[in-house]
Amino acid sequence: MNIGLPHFLTVSAALFALGLFAVMARRNTVAILMGVELMLNAANVNFVAFSRYVQHGIDGQILAAFVIVLAAAEAAVALAIVLALYRNYGSVHADTAQSLKR
Amino acid sequence: MIRDLVFVALALLTVVPAVWVVSSRNIVHAGFALLFTLLGVAGLYAFLGADFLAVTQLMVYVGGVLVLVLFTVMMTHVPAAGKRRHGLDRLVPPAVFAAAVFGVLYKVVTAVEWNASAAPAKATTAEIGARLMTTYIFPFEYVSIVLLAAMIGAAILIRERRPEADDEENREAQA
Repeated sequence: MNIGLPHFLTVSAALFALGLFAVMARRNTVAILMGVELMLNAANVNFVAFSRYVQHGIDGQILAAFVIVLAAAEAAVALAIVLALYRNYGSVHADTAQSLKR
Repeated sequence: MIRDLVFVALALLTVVPAVWVVSSRNIVHAGFALLFTLLGVAGLYAFLGADFLAVTQLMVYVGGVLVLVLFTVMMTHVPAAGKRRHGLDRLVPPAVFAAAVFGVLYKVVTAVEWNASAAPAKATTAEIGARLMTTYIFPFEYVSIVLLAAMIGAAILIRERRPEADDEENREAQA
């Protein structure tokens, strides 16, 4: 077995599918956020793998660094929203925040 | 041979805890499983020769985001509603869709002739720094503003609202 680009892409596809499942199936907002983090990491692995194996440069790594920064910003805001949700509704389940429906 | 084993170990370290992250009922267990997934991804970066990114992943994700997630988990006590059995009808459509997405991605990965060859690994930190200050200077500055805005937004969102404190501020402002 010669480790190459397809192996990394397969790992990343598995991570992405798992994150997608978490986002769609979980009710806990923190678990949904973890799914988002998994998908962002999958995209990052793809960036780095393509930059190593296809582009032979470093641009993919820089884009991955930007993605990491944006993921950190997203996590901070999302977790603040989770805390505000918990304070106002007493629960962190995504389907408790539906007062706009009524 | 060693190389293959290391890759397989890293791939398992990434994917197996990820399965635990999405399936665990206990959100604290999911958080700690996420730790291993993020470590595995950092290992994959190192395997790909991205030394700077591997360390960044460790510092930002493991040292920052994950701590934030665990703090949130521990500050929000989830009542016994989580004990309820998940309805199968609620889990099956996402599972089928996610499996279909994985199937399509895997088919693409295996079907395409990638014309790939590994670039020789070299230290990347100096080149990344030079690129961030030249080619990517505007995205770099924009992303710093985004980060600052996100931090301020997060602080405002979780601020404790006390009406009497606001009144005092108003009185002081008027005085």
